Amino acid sequence: MSLELRAAALRVGADTHIHPTDLVCEPGSFNILLGTTLAGKTTLMKLMAGLEKPTSGEVWFGGQNVTGVSVRRRNVSMVYQQFINYPNMTVFENIASPLRVARMAEAEIKRRVGTMADLLKLTPMLERRPAELSGGQQQRTALARALVKDADLVLLDEPLANLDFKLREELRDELPRLFADRECIVVYATTEPVEALLFGGFTACLHEGRVTQFGPTGETYRAPVDLVSAQVFSDPPINVATVTKTGAEFRLGQMVGWHTEGPLAGLPDGTYTVGVRPHHVSPEETGGQPVPVDGKVLVTELSGSESVIHFTMRGETWVSQSHGIHPFPVGSEQRLYADMSQALFFDAAGRRITA
Amino acid sequence: MMTRPSRYVPVLYILFLLLPIYWLVNMSFKTTNEILGSFTLFPREITLENYITIFTDPTWYMGYVNSLTYVLINTVISVLVALPAAYAFSRYRFLGDKHLFFWLLTNRMAPPAVFALPFFQLYSAVGLFDTPIAVALAHTLFNIPLAVWILEGFMSGVPKELDETAYVDGHSFWSFFLKIFVPTIAAGIGVAAFFCFMFSWVELLLAKTLTSVAAKPIAAVMTRTASTSGYELGLLAAAGTLTIIPGAFVIYFVRNYIAKGFALGRV
Repeated sequence: MSLELRAAALRVGADTHIHPTDLVCEPGSFNILLGTTLAGKTTLMKLMAGLEKPTSGEVWFGGQNVTGVSVRRRNVSMVYQQFINYPNMTVFENIASPLRVARMAEAEIKRRVGTMADLLKLTPMLERRPAELSGGQQQRTALARALVKDADLVLLDEPLANLDFKLREELRDELPRLFADRECIVVYATTEPVEALLFGGFTACLHEGRVTQFGPTGETYRAPVDLVSAQVFSDPPINVATVTKTGAEFRLGQMVGWHTEGPLAGLPDGTYTVGVRPHHVSPEETGGQPVPVDGKVLVTELSGSESVIHFTMRGETWVSQSHGIHPFPVGSEQRLYADMSQALFFDAAGRRITA
Repeated sequence: MMTRPSRYVPVLYILFLLLPIYWLVNMSFKTTNEILGSFTLFPREITLENYITIFTDPTWYMGYVNSLTYVLINTVISVLVALPAAYAFSRYRFLGDKHLFFWLLTNRMAPPAVFALPFFQLYSAVGLFDTPIAVALAHTLFNIPLAVWILEGFMSGVPKELDETAYVDGHSFWSFFLKIFVPTIAAGIGVAAFFCFMFSWVELLLAKTLTSVAAKPIAAVMTRTASTSGYELGLLAAAGTLTIIPGAFVIYFVRNYIAKGFALGRV
């Protein structure tokens, strides 16, 4: 039972909320929709679920055209960022709700809700109402309700975003286990690249209502097809600069230059955009091809073992993420090194150059 | 912290507020002669005569029955009609929705007297004159917009995702609306019903215009008695005391909801 979007698009008035999108999610797969707020993650999920009907294009599920089929007739479940439960019902009734609608036998409902509650550590709370639970327990209840009915498609819309750090980590660990032995398609929306990397599976990068790239998570991260995908899938944001190539030499402005080896040497001369991930920018000369970048320090964030330095480099804001404590004073001029052997090169149209 | 003068301010204020009510209750236990003859803080001889008259004379107690009948009919109609309307306003965007919502409110801005004549004519023509239904329907003119407005506030406080979750679970619209949504906004329904009850209970002009004998409301009975049988002040005070009771009774039941309503919704 695979889910397929065929040029599905959503327009509201003159605004395009989702550009024509082609996407195939395989059964049993964990798919991540990665994008900033307002990138269209929720809207895309609603198209998948059938809560919204695409204004053009089609949605197919398990070889059937389900475009415009009401969400009630689809076997879908969904968990939102806000903790959505039925406030007038007990936790038990909340979890049992989809089974009751399906007119399941009482004994079977009891058994299934019991299993779910055990799995999500809700057993002592079954007789309480959602308002009496903590945020984490409320979201577990919502998860239990989404999982109890064996849906073919489970949509999780930033389910961990409103939880505090500790609970988020805990639930993040549990989530993949909950889906381990299921055949359903999971679609998980998040704004955090780190979360996508932790879950693995497949990742779709979303930017302004457009899926810019979709593929296995590791591959999407390592080999972004274009600058936008690289920017979506990088936290802190990827550093961007314009470089010029003449012969075997790349130049960053007038002063800084380096020689290319390997495949990039074959590129025609011209201007390129270069993207360097923050962990390839360091105060120390490390990596395959460290190139000095000078800048004025804006902010220095020091954690126990790591420094995140924000600085301006030729008018662009750059970020360096490095091991060790580098307490650079704010406003000081500093020299850092970008490892250009790890840099991503993009042409004028923003496509990545894979030489 | 011994005796700061500011501590007496609320006490004085409450006394000031309660004085007319106390005086009304005080008078209701006096004979008319005592009320007119002397100034007493307490009834010199407590009499239940006034109350007995009200509870035994049908022209009196039917006034209460009539009033309560149209007030209850009105409250039920107003809330039942306002629920789907408020849901539409809170959940859907449609052509002119904001204008329509504002226009509903403007109905409350005209004095009831403006509508007395058209209602009188209309209801006389269709044979509704002098029935509780007539008054109940006339009062919906003010109460439905009010109820829509209050309920819309409460409904907009409920995230749209709740609706979607219910549909995803497989609930039909009505199953969601009746089993999940209505219980969720029960506080709002209580507050809306309370305001409908109160406005309809205290409204006098339409209620008097649209009734003559069969459906005469209590307020109309009171004015008539004052004019025909001289000054039966004790009786009037007793009747007045009794008109406070239904309101107080309803307030008692929705008191927690109203506080919640002030915090959450639109009251």
